[in-house]
Amino acid sequence: MKTIVGLEIHVQLSTATKLFCGCSTDYRDDEPNTHCCPVCLGLPGALPRLNRRAVDYGLKVAKALDMKVLEESEFARKNYFYPDLPKAYQITQYDKPLAVEGTVEIEDDEGHEKIVRITRVHLEEDPGRLVHVAGGSKYSLVDYNRSGIPLLEIVTEPDMRSPQEARRFLNKLRTVLEYLGVFDGEREGGLRVDANISLEGSERVEVKNISSYKGVEKALTFEVTRQKNLLRRGQKVTRETRHFMEGRGITTSSRSKEEEHDYRYFPEPDLRPLRVADRVAAIDLPELPTARKNRFMAQYGISLNHARTLTGDPKLADFYERVASADPVLAATWVADTLLGELNYRDMGIAAVPAERIVELLALLRTETITDTVGVQVLREMLDACAAGKPCEPPAVIVEREGLARATGDEFAQVVEKVVAANPQAVEDYRAGKKGALNFLVGQVMKETRGRADPRELGKIVSGYIDTGGV
Amino acid sequence: MAGTLEFSPDDRYNAFITTCSTAPFTDGALAGTAVAIKDNISTAGIQTTCGSKILEGYVPPYDAYVVELLRKAGAAIVGKTNMDEFGMGTTTETSAFGPTQNPADLSRVPGGSSGGSAAAVAAGLVPMALGTDTGGSIRCPAAFCGIAGLKPTYGRVSRYGLIAYANSLEQIGPMARTVEDVSRLMSVIARYDPRDSTMLDRPYDHQPSAEIKGLRVGIPEEYFGEGVDPRVGETVRDAIGVLEGLGAETVPVSIPGMRHALAAYYVICTSEASSNLARFDGVRYGPAVDTRKSWHEAYQDLRLELFGAEVRRRIMLGTFALSAGYAGRYYAKAQVARRNIHQDFERAFREADVIAGPTMPTTAFRLGEKSDPLSMYLSDILTVPANLAGIPAISVPCGRVDGLPVGLQIMGRQFEDERVVDTAYAYEQEVRA
Repeated sequence: MKTIVGLEIHVQLSTATKLFCGCSTDYRDDEPNTHCCPVCLGLPGALPRLNRRAVDYGLKVAKALDMKVLEESEFARKNYFYPDLPKAYQITQYDKPLAVEGTVEIEDDEGHEKIVRITRVHLEEDPGRLVHVAGGSKYSLVDYNRSGIPLLEIVTEPDMRSPQEARRFLNKLRTVLEYLGVFDGEREGGLRVDANISLEGSERVEVKNISSYKGVEKALTFEVTRQKNLLRRGQKVTRETRHFMEGRGITTSSRSKEEEHDYRYFPEPDLRPLRVADRVAAIDLPELPTARKNRFMAQYGISLNHARTLTGDPKLADFYERVASADPVLAATWVADTLLGELNYRDMGIAAVPAERIVELLALLRTETITDTVGVQVLREMLDACAAGKPCEPPAVIVEREGLARATGDEFAQVVEKVVAANPQAVEDYRAGKKGALNFLVGQVMKETRGRADPRELGKIVSGYIDTGGV
Repeated sequence: MAGTLEFSPDDRYNAFITTCSTAPFTDGALAGTAVAIKDNISTAGIQTTCGSKILEGYVPPYDAYVVELLRKAGAAIVGKTNMDEFGMGTTTETSAFGPTQNPADLSRVPGGSSGGSAAAVAAGLVPMALGTDTGGSIRCPAAFCGIAGLKPTYGRVSRYGLIAYANSLEQIGPMARTVEDVSRLMSVIARYDPRDSTMLDRPYDHQPSAEIKGLRVGIPEEYFGEGVDPRVGETVRDAIGVLEGLGAETVPVSIPGMRHALAAYYVICTSEASSNLARFDGVRYGPAVDTRKSWHEAYQDLRLELFGAEVRRRIMLGTFALSAGYAGRYYAKAQVARRNIHQDFERAFREADVIAGPTMPTTAFRLGEKSDPLSMYLSDILTVPANLAGIPAISVPCGRVDGLPVGLQIMGRQFEDERVVDTAYAYEQEVRA
């Protein structure tokens, strides 16, 4: 049974000020109702004044998604009552959006490239936020700090065929938005998704209120199972709106008459129609993820997987390019595999890592001054210092202080001698042809030398020692 | 000469909702001049009600741009004038604060919706006042009270701070006893404000000139037809004769789109109003909503209780006109009619430099006379076309019928407010002399 998924994505644009007034959009850590003015509070008599930057951001996205920008677009009022909506209408775009008909390329579940069509993008203002006080209070509070934050709504055609595809689409879209510099993925609640999902031949269900990438996959997976079970039991899927409960990973029916709105759209009389053709022409797009990925492979000779990982986030890709020059392949391995893993473990962003330290670390590795094992140790020490807000020492200083330079020659002889003497059983096993025994002995030497020796080299030395009786 | 003006008017007409007993002022073109402000224009620190219970006690935290300009020019803001609730009326009788009486005849309405401003000026309580005009709300009371009032070109005066009734139609404008003072006040308020996106940067800086030789004055037959009191028509024709005497020539013009003007106007203004007035829910300002009820029930009850009947009627009409399945038949059609009227005026202004006719089809009604809303709506027929077309229009007193003032209306091309003022000024100078 084919699964059919279409998405409506609301993205908060990362402009400095709100869509229709000069209030700052940077409210995340501030007291409620401190980023407000007559306009975003909807006070009587206040008028909206369009933020040109937000329009440019929207047009950038339209251009990057290869969309047709309309000759004339227009704002409209969407009328409905809700306590978080101070004017009792939202200024949005209705029949004349900013742009229509675009595409995003993703991988399908078999790893083949496929196109997801974009229906339209339009600008609108975010409403305020209701705060429900814990403890069963009889009232709710309203915070208008969010009121008027510019949103770009991106609507897709029903072109995705699984929850996983939907997630890949969102990841790709986010990457593009970050490349364009119009979206800050680290802002909480910066992206919200409504998903339409149906099984072929059945009614469509809209799932609202999904606020994370993982949530989209979870909500859709839940819905596929729920809908399949209904059909299996001979029941029908009802056309309805459901809410995603992020905490429980389930969707629940809204069943509310409030959902059956007649929004009475009409053109916003306080704003003039937008004519943006010349502004679109003036937009210079940065290099986009796909182009950058291809360039990374060609220019640096790195693998598709590494290129994909490194270009998945523009900040990571920039970082890689700052440290790649001496040995791009070595750098790709270290950044894409080791560094990224260590950052995720610490919940750190790449921005916190000083690139010059990584350049120095890569140099120590490239010149074989330290082993890979010591490299990881030193990296961890540096990241721990960064995470703790301490100065990040140069790797050479750490290596020097802790005596981590690669061990060679005589330094080994004593250790090997000691390990062989201490493990007669293992030596016997080795002589009896048991492969594991050598690994064990090498491991013991590694431990003694704190990883300062290269394991492959060590293997030869240890086996040579036992075989010939000398280092 | 900055200072403070003491203001204690003998307001027996109920022209004011709020008066300021002491009004500070600064230096400037209007230094020390008392100016009254219609109560739908936001004034920082002074209650602004729109003539409605739903905004009783609301004190705006900011000044409308026109008020800011007035203060800078040295005007003393002495009070807020009575009006039809949210501007919805032609008599000032729908005010929640009681009707205003016409100083020319206390048994008559002052017209509306800027009836308080007109009465305050006509009675000499203030030399000038601001009104707002959505479908005639400056010109009608000016005509009924026997003063001058200008509805500027749409986009010439900032609407920032004007509590919206019908955004695409309304403008703030000057009202005074003489055209000269109307022009002076206009010079202060018509300044570009980037916060009003529907404005153009066309400031008004004009000394009225009475020289109108060669001016082509268009006379639309529709302005002298059915429904217009013949004696009012005669008085206005006489006034046009005065203009001819000053060297103007008259040309017949036609605005056939007038047939649908009232219908289009009432669909558009009620549609916009239904959206504009939705924000009055008792959550953020005005009398507070009952928090013990569920929110939608509380909204409903508060709005039913605090909006007057005419406001509720117009909200219902507009909600209906915009609703799914009807918007095409009403809202969209009204826009077509609006474009037609706009084109009619453009055509007429190829033949004529200004267009003249009566401001109102009759003289001032008796208080309580227009109890049927439809007959009240019909009296707007001669004023709404200028709002639909966005053109400037002035009303200047041009005589009396049965002792009641009659207004001569002069309309002009978009952004030719100066020419409209000059024509009215020429008339005024001639009859005064």
